[in-house]
Amino acid sequence: MSIKTETMTLNMGPQHPSTHGVFRLLVEVDGETITKAEPIMGYLHRGSEKLAENFIYTQFIPYTDRLDYMNAMTNNYVYCAAVEKLLDWEIPERAEYLRVITMELNRIASHLVWWGTYLLDIGALSPFLYAFRDRDHILDLLNEISGARMTFNYHRIGGVKWDAPEGWVDKVKEKVKVLRENINEYDTLVTGNEIFQARTIGVGKLTKEQILNWGISGPLARASGLKIDIRKEEPYSIYDRFDFDIPTQEEGDVYARYKVRIAEMYESLKIIEQACEQIPEGDIIHKKGARIMMIKPPAGEAYTRAEASKGEIGVYAISNGKNKPYRVKLRRPSFVNVAILQDILIGQSIQDLVAIFGSLDIVLGEVDA
Amino acid sequence: MSQEVLDLIVKKVDGFLGEEVVGKKPEPPPEPEPEEEPKAEEAEADDPKAKARAARAKKAAAAKKAEEPKPPARLNFGKPLIELPSEKWSVELAELLRDDPELQFDFLSCITGVDYEEHMEVVYNFYSTVKKHYLYLKVITPREKPSVVSVDSVWKAADYMEREIYDLLGVDFPGHWNLKRILLDDGWEGHPLRKDYITDKKALGLD
Repeated sequence: MSIKTETMTLNMGPQHPSTHGVFRLLVEVDGETITKAEPIMGYLHRGSEKLAENFIYTQFIPYTDRLDYMNAMTNNYVYCAAVEKLLDWEIPERAEYLRVITMELNRIASHLVWWGTYLLDIGALSPFLYAFRDRDHILDLLNEISGARMTFNYHRIGGVKWDAPEGWVDKVKEKVKVLRENINEYDTLVTGNEIFQARTIGVGKLTKEQILNWGISGPLARASGLKIDIRKEEPYSIYDRFDFDIPTQEEGDVYARYKVRIAEMYESLKIIEQACEQIPEGDIIHKKGARIMMIKPPAGEAYTRAEASKGEIGVYAISNGKNKPYRVKLRRPSFVNVAILQDILIGQSIQDLVAIFGSLDIVLGEVDA
Repeated sequence: MSQEVLDLIVKKVDGFLGEEVVGKKPEPPPEPEPEEEPKAEEAEADDPKAKARAARAKKAAAAKKAEEPKPPARLNFGKPLIELPSEKWSVELAELLRDDPELQFDFLSCITGVDYEEHMEVVYNFYSTVKKHYLYLKVITPREKPSVVSVDSVWKAADYMEREIYDLLGVDFPGHWNLKRILLDDGWEGHPLRKDYITDKKALGLD
């Protein structure tokens, strides 16, 4: 005899500790099984795209910091690169190296934050403390070069704002060694843990077809066996000069995503090491970019994309030849990736909700723009 | 290589539509009024004013050239770009772009809505993870009743992207399973990214 049960609607958020931001999720459960999930967002909407139309080109750079504030360097970069594409400017070598070093350092910092807070979400407290210790060392380095810990405002149209202070590159080299050891330690501390594996293996699976259909990019895509990374697909900046791999996993579950992110941190360290060896002396900004504030790109439009720590970040910039952009569209990876919640949660049990949600690694500043 | 991809896309799309839409050559612009040639600079080479005048004339000529209508199929920064009026854009055509073995645009990167004041545009950025090629697809829709068919059933990625454009620009996407505001309040009036949107500074506490 089957018992007739009624579904129940649960409201998670907008103030829920596991969302690390303001985000609401309406879930319908039948017993313990999720039958429907509806993300509700926009609590942090600041109208970034609207703001862009009211500023001159240079003024919008600090606003990109506030999208994904865990990975602001790449946001800075992709916006500047979009405008540079319209301007058709050549960027000085040293600036490109500084950009790559800062972007990769930032990627590790972002992955460390995910690593720490994700484990916190599923009940492991101490990894958080380790992760934030190392992340803080990275932020110190970035602070030294840019003057800010998170909202860097460091990249400029045509290059970067400041040259590396004396001895900075050597400090980075030293830090790479320490980080490699520490990440290895974290890896051995958590990855093989039985409880951790029980909570993550086979949970929240995504197939390759789902990934493509939903436009998912970044570590989520690579954890489902899709070897796409814009740094390799369409090498921007000077990424074609470095020797690094794209880590992938086939399983597509939460554990696979975890492993991809850990492996990516090692690859980023590899890139930083090579960049620190190769970095030449020279200018750090295009001579026009250093001199003029009022940039007027010729009329035109272009889509520029880069690999952020969360996935594909893109800027569709349209210029009508004036000093303010006609339109700036921000393709934010978190916003696109969060849509998958409508699909990935169906049929999963309610106790896995936080484990799955956390594994997506979204930042609400970026979702809401 | 991009030119070949562009030719292929034009062939496939026009073949599907059964008429020349994206492959059409633009009509030449009406002959401009013959203008007074700026006086030869050589005679007054020392006069800075004459130099500036000549430079201005040159700039104006360049601007005029830029205004010439562009063909609906062209390369934009080295990548194929095609333009379509919204009535030619359909779910079936979207499926062709995704499923055709030579095209395989399996990844929808980005959708952008733009208000050009005289019309509106929805720009799709496609990427093929198999063929490694790109496409900019511009769908042009009238401003009075902007409406572009939803491709949410072809690429699920369009779900949120279309909702965002609906929210901020007021473009309708018939066929979307759940078209409603996504970032702004449900009760919000107007669409902020439209060029004629008036920002109520008082309500925002800026005045």
